[in-house]
Amino acid sequence: MPKLVLSGNSAQSYAVKLARVQVVAAYPITPQTSIVEKIADFVSSGKLDAQYIKVESEHSALQASLSAAGLGARVYTATSSQGILLMHELLHWAAGARTPIIMGVANRGVAAPWTIETDHTDTIAQRDTGWIQYYAESNQEVLDTVLQAFRIAEDPSVRLPAMINEDAFFLTHTVEPVDVPEQELVDRFLPPRPDIGVLKIGRRNRLGSFCGPELYMEFRHQVARAMEAAKGVARDTEAEYARLTGRDHGGALPTYRTEDADAVLITMGTASTTARAVVDTMRADGRRVGFAKLRRFRPFPVDELRDLAASVDRIGVVDRSFTFGAMGAAATEVSAALYGSSHRPLVTDFVAGLGGRDLDPASVRSLFEVLLSASPPEVSWPGLKTGEEVTTHG
Amino acid sequence: MAKLTIPEIELMHSGHSGCPGCGAALAMRYVLKALGPETIVSIPACCWTVIATPFPTTALEVPMMDNPIEATGASISGLRAAADAMGLTGQTIVGFAGDGGTVDIGLQALSGMLERRTNAIYVMYDNEGYMNTGVQRSGSTPEGAWTTTTPIEGTSRGKLEPKKDIMAIVAAHNPAYAATLNVAFPEDFVRKVAHAKGLVGARFFHILAPCPPGWKYSSERTIELGRLATDSNVFPLYEFEGGKYKINRKIGRPKAVREYIEGQGRYAHLKPDEVEELQKQVDERWHRLLALEALA
Repeated sequence: MPKLVLSGNSAQSYAVKLARVQVVAAYPITPQTSIVEKIADFVSSGKLDAQYIKVESEHSALQASLSAAGLGARVYTATSSQGILLMHELLHWAAGARTPIIMGVANRGVAAPWTIETDHTDTIAQRDTGWIQYYAESNQEVLDTVLQAFRIAEDPSVRLPAMINEDAFFLTHTVEPVDVPEQELVDRFLPPRPDIGVLKIGRRNRLGSFCGPELYMEFRHQVARAMEAAKGVARDTEAEYARLTGRDHGGALPTYRTEDADAVLITMGTASTTARAVVDTMRADGRRVGFAKLRRFRPFPVDELRDLAASVDRIGVVDRSFTFGAMGAAATEVSAALYGSSHRPLVTDFVAGLGGRDLDPASVRSLFEVLLSASPPEVSWPGLKTGEEVTTHG
Repeated sequence: MAKLTIPEIELMHSGHSGCPGCGAALAMRYVLKALGPETIVSIPACCWTVIATPFPTTALEVPMMDNPIEATGASISGLRAAADAMGLTGQTIVGFAGDGGTVDIGLQALSGMLERRTNAIYVMYDNEGYMNTGVQRSGSTPEGAWTTTTPIEGTSRGKLEPKKDIMAIVAAHNPAYAATLNVAFPEDFVRKVAHAKGLVGARFFHILAPCPPGWKYSSERTIELGRLATDSNVFPLYEFEGGKYKINRKIGRPKAVREYIEGQGRYAHLKPDEVEELQKQVDERWHRLLALEALA
């Protein structure tokens, strides 16, 4: 298995090549652009036999992807931030039409004010669209998860689109050694897309349609059932991938040193690497802390979370986005899942790392300290600058 | 027995839910007659979303993909790419959109599809307004026409602005073929669709589709009004191919614009001087078209 030094974006591109994607429709946006540039190289040089549509907007990127998938092609697109916001209408459409599009997303904050740095608002805002959502911690995980996502999304019992999210710059533009599986191995893992639920020219059919109150709910419930089915399919898919490659990313909510922990921090994306290191440091000091990585946000890993919470009294959730007027989305979901649990730990929402604000070991350690304090708050925005610091900045 | 000028094949069924006298229904029927069964249509939110009938029925014998209102151009680019990637050959990819979904909210996706030279046919059936939502003005509504958002009340005298010239916008992209078609001239209609089917590249039809409830006339007059639209030079029939214009119907003495508009309730408020102004604009546009043709 060759080891290449790849950025997260290149890991997406290599996965697309290995998956033998047939149609790519894409529009540039920082910091996603190098994904689709690399794919353009693969297609131009004949390394990937695909149709590449250089569309005039992200909205058209997703529509072209959707229509291509509706005819049965294996499809990939990529975007970020404002781009995925523009796609929002079609995100709903893609899930409703049951088209297994795979999309790479560089997680970037949204305007105003402008930012191009890491933040999860762009994809969290797509929570209710019916897309499977993964948040990657490393470039290896990006590549592996994209390949797994094709299998999961295209499974006949799922047939839902999936997005594989990577933190802007921390992953998209940072290189590390990545094991790139052999084509022959990927071909065994990922056969051509199953030929079901697609339009066939020469046959009467309609994809989309419209319907009245007597059936609309049943269509929506089918999407709900498909999302539930994705949990089991993901488990089996990851097990098979681990058997073939020896790599296992731990399912939807991998945990680290949580067995006897007094407090557990839940993170998404690259903050997880820092949290793991901080746990080791604090454990060395005799502090009983652990962490869990919310690797898959949709479908939400309710069972795994309840298993984790059974032995923990305090859970902190790091939200790299905020739901104005309430609390961060991950903390909301964690709290909701635990309400039905036999053991209900205290939950603190740490709104942190927005717009690329660094979550360094010291700041992550301070989150643990707040979590272990006498009365941790429900919602906290740690490290906010004071009014004077803001006005004198720069 | 005389040779039939219109193909016998029917790929659109009766039992559709178009209004009586619907020009858009005729447009689909003739388009599919000329293209045949190896066709797929992508249809945005428009009258045809409904005309095609709800799940689980369909009025079309060919497959149909629904897409949101602004995305038809992108949809047919995606269908084409998938067909090419999957080795499908000989099939015709069609986008079939209303005028609002084309000249207003769908203009960007149309422009993108034309610029990319997508090998597909984009059909705009023009009933000159947002008719499916109950007659609101679109960029394709002609000047002077009543709609629910351009009422005849107080100082409001219907739509103030002239109709957007979509054919000029399309021609500026230099497509493989573009033509105006009219459901009231089926032989010309079918000939153009059959010709376009044989071409490769981006092709565009602007089809006049009279609308009884939106234009406020009784449904049996669709063909009569359609013929008057062309014979008064309000809606000339022409083609654009290889950078050249060709007018397909020229009658020695065109009918008066007054004749075309007087049977339509949407123009009932117009005073003689306002009709005269519209006649002047139609004459100007016709002479400009003649001049474009002369360039060839």
